[in-house]
Amino acid sequence: MARIGVFICHCGTNIAGVVDVDEVVKAAGKFPGVAYATEYKYLCSEPGQQTIKAAIEEHNLDRIVIGSCSPRMHEVTFRKMLMSTKINPYMLEVANIREQCSWVHTDKEKATEKAIDLTRMAVAKVCKSKPLFPDSIGVTKRALVIGGGIAGIQAALDIADAGYAVDIVEKEASIGGHMVMLDKTFPTLDCSACISTPKMVEAGAHPNVTLRAYCEVESVKGYVGNFEVDIRQKAKYVDHDTCTGCGACEVKCPIKVSSAFNQGMCDRTVMYKPFPQAVPSKPVIDALNCRKISGDGKCGVCAAVCPLKAVNFEDKGEIITEKYGAIIVATGYELIKWQDIYPEYGGGRFEDVITGIQFERLVNASGPTEGHIRRPSDGAEPKDIAIIKCVGSRDINKGKAYCSRACCMYSAKHAHQILEKIPDGSVHIFYMDVRTPGKGYEEFYDRTREDGANYIRGRVSKIFKEGNKLICKGEDTLLGKPVSVEADMVILETAMVPATDISKLTGILSIGSDTDGWVQEAHPKLRPVETQTAGIFLAGTCQGPKDIPDTVAQGSAAAVKVCSLFSKVQMETSPIISAVDREKCSGCEMCIPCCPYKAITVIEIDMHEHGKKVKMNVSDVNSGLCQGCGACAGACRSGAIDLKGYTNDQILMEVDALCL
Amino acid sequence: MMKYSYFPGCSLDATAVTYKRSISFVAEKIGMELNEIPDWNCCGATCAHSRGKWLALALPARNLALAEREGLGLDIAVPCASCYSRMKHTVHAARKDEADRKKIEEIIEMPYLAKSDVLSFLEIFALPEVMKACKEKMERSLASLNVACYYGCLTARPREITGGISTENPMEMDDIIALTGAKPIEWDFKTECCGASHQVDAPEAALPLIERIFRNAKANGATAIVTACPLCNLNLDMREEEINKKSGTAFDIPVYQFTQLLAVCMGATANEAGLHKHFYPAYDRINDTLRRAGA
Repeated sequence: MARIGVFICHCGTNIAGVVDVDEVVKAAGKFPGVAYATEYKYLCSEPGQQTIKAAIEEHNLDRIVIGSCSPRMHEVTFRKMLMSTKINPYMLEVANIREQCSWVHTDKEKATEKAIDLTRMAVAKVCKSKPLFPDSIGVTKRALVIGGGIAGIQAALDIADAGYAVDIVEKEASIGGHMVMLDKTFPTLDCSACISTPKMVEAGAHPNVTLRAYCEVESVKGYVGNFEVDIRQKAKYVDHDTCTGCGACEVKCPIKVSSAFNQGMCDRTVMYKPFPQAVPSKPVIDALNCRKISGDGKCGVCAAVCPLKAVNFEDKGEIITEKYGAIIVATGYELIKWQDIYPEYGGGRFEDVITGIQFERLVNASGPTEGHIRRPSDGAEPKDIAIIKCVGSRDINKGKAYCSRACCMYSAKHAHQILEKIPDGSVHIFYMDVRTPGKGYEEFYDRTREDGANYIRGRVSKIFKEGNKLICKGEDTLLGKPVSVEADMVILETAMVPATDISKLTGILSIGSDTDGWVQEAHPKLRPVETQTAGIFLAGTCQGPKDIPDTVAQGSAAAVKVCSLFSKVQMETSPIISAVDREKCSGCEMCIPCCPYKAITVIEIDMHEHGKKVKMNVSDVNSGLCQGCGACAGACRSGAIDLKGYTNDQILMEVDALCL
Repeated sequence: MMKYSYFPGCSLDATAVTYKRSISFVAEKIGMELNEIPDWNCCGATCAHSRGKWLALALPARNLALAEREGLGLDIAVPCASCYSRMKHTVHAARKDEADRKKIEEIIEMPYLAKSDVLSFLEIFALPEVMKACKEKMERSLASLNVACYYGCLTARPREITGGISTENPMEMDDIIALTGAKPIEWDFKTECCGASHQVDAPEAALPLIERIFRNAKANGATAIVTACPLCNLNLDMREEEINKKSGTAFDIPVYQFTQLLAVCMGATANEAGLHKHFYPAYDRINDTLRRAGA
């Protein structure tokens, strides 16, 4: 007979405020197999754990049930605690009487009844528990970082500095991301390119870092420690092993298209590096716009001028297959396409209504105007500039419900830069709230107001043109009066949204995303850089809007997670995986399409039937790939598959305990 | 084909006679059949919905029910933006809530199934087949006329009731006017309010609304404004001189109904197009433009 200990946690008043803990203990004491039942204020605390350990010794317990918060919160804590006792860590059941009981109910009597039921189920289940032992697998000590923005660069450098190999896959022709487009960074006003390009160069030169620019992740197989990734190298049409980056081809290329790096505010050639400080510092051909490749085939100037014959119009790209132990997703953000949703701001009809990132290029010394603020329509220096915040952010009717976090600060920075460069100019900032949670942020905002920026609290309802002026009509909600501001140029601080192809990538990686498409972290507070899939981590704005300091911090955090994974010779795997009873398996293969991790295959084995040796097909679970979801166990017609720790027997015991 | 039940509305016999005459002319030219709803009544305009929900729904509903009783199964063409709005509200209410529809039937003592759609003349003329028919009938050109197409509030709002037309930068009227050879200008006050009936009861508050419409039209180079609503047209046309006097502005922008320009280009005389029925002189601008185009 099992000797079960039941421990009910008050969780302060979180549980005890609604559930009568004493009643639960009293009831639990009478369940079959229970040798001891007690309660404690905080079981997860050190003294709480000591209480459990002492009870195990004193009452000679061989398995325990803890009624507390969700197992997602503290199951691991209690398993670790059990490791220093005589009980196997998997001889534990957690009854979730907080999230699934006290937090969602107000009726004390009924909540207590439910807590008793939940505990009864856990007790019934633990009766059938068996000791489980983790397995171990080898780890490929090479990391893949998807996205070469500042988050990816930081993560890659930290991993490389720790002595591990790391690849950066970047879809553009250069790493650098958004940060390298920016002019200055708040609140210190240091030059964004000056602090990010050295990191780019370092990443390009680091012996442990392999840059894979102009590449995209095509498919991912495998599991933590042993991923196999297909990377598509897009056709560059330039052999980067031969090319020295002399730039002759770029100068001679006769076809010009709008520069995405400069936000469409000037042109670039079709043979191009995205920007002068690009890493790798070698050009690619934008095939779509190339006359030789996609046009009438009559150009080819670049090949003619290349002294090293590095241009290859026949380049088709290639698929590179690599093995990695861990993956960091750092795909960053894009800005919302405001033109479609804000026709009242001209919907893109007014050249002088620009976005914040366009302003960054305008005010940047390497930008289209060499840092002189000139408006796009006529190249004149604008004197009166209006800045509109929360365009797409915090707007449930038209845009996104969330706050994009960085805009309040960079709009203050924009105002500061305008007033510095145009001393006789004026800046009017329409805002809803000014949010400045960061070191030195509020001080910077104060300084901007002292500089003379005019903050107007209210949204702009319409922008229209009169002569050369853009009239911003809105409301000053502090005065309760309509206002209209005549501006020469308007800057829209638009919402951050996830990269367009992020859903494709989350699909390839089998990781979650939230309703807005941001990559979902495993726990919002305690596992902020992990995903739900083991071995895949995240960093930067792919997880949600954030500023540069937070992005860099996440990059380093994700790197530490990877390094700790790589620091082990062998990696422990969860024993909660499926197991096939070969005697029962009929080889019907129903389980194979059910498995989201492609962990099940069919193997041929020798069996003895009526004294004869026969060959049989049976399912086989790869213990490295299996994530313990249980889908196969549900699908198995002959009941041959059991999920360890959640066996059919255990589940039935739970159901019986509740229903009989 | 081009066949509609027709609800002219009260204004068309009074302040919007220019609209009525030009609609008749154009409809005949392009072979559009307009079957006037027999024994129609006022749509209730602003008065009814300030009195209460059921009066505001029932008055238009009677007209819609009468059209249904004709048994022609036609959509209902409504020239006036206000009538259009009231009728759209009724159709929307009857389709959305069966109980409301039954209650409406009870009040008007007639069956009303809300099967037909209500269309503004703007929506009708923007249909490809009507555009094509108009294009074929163009005899003269208004090239050199720069037209600010003024849609007003009610053709586009509220969006969930009126449907398609954009509330910020609609283009339907611009496309129709382009048929006449005139140049529809890009401007920003297409759907701003003209003050509606407040031009009568609170002119001090409402006059600036008209002034800014003229100002933006002029700033963007308009030599004419075109409307699709009796009241928008009346307000702008009637107040232009007053504003010029009071504010010292020199707006010289005649205000037409869009159907007037279509009629003129289809060969209508000044009388047929109602060009002498304006407060602000409207005949000369058209005459000069036609002459310049060599027609």
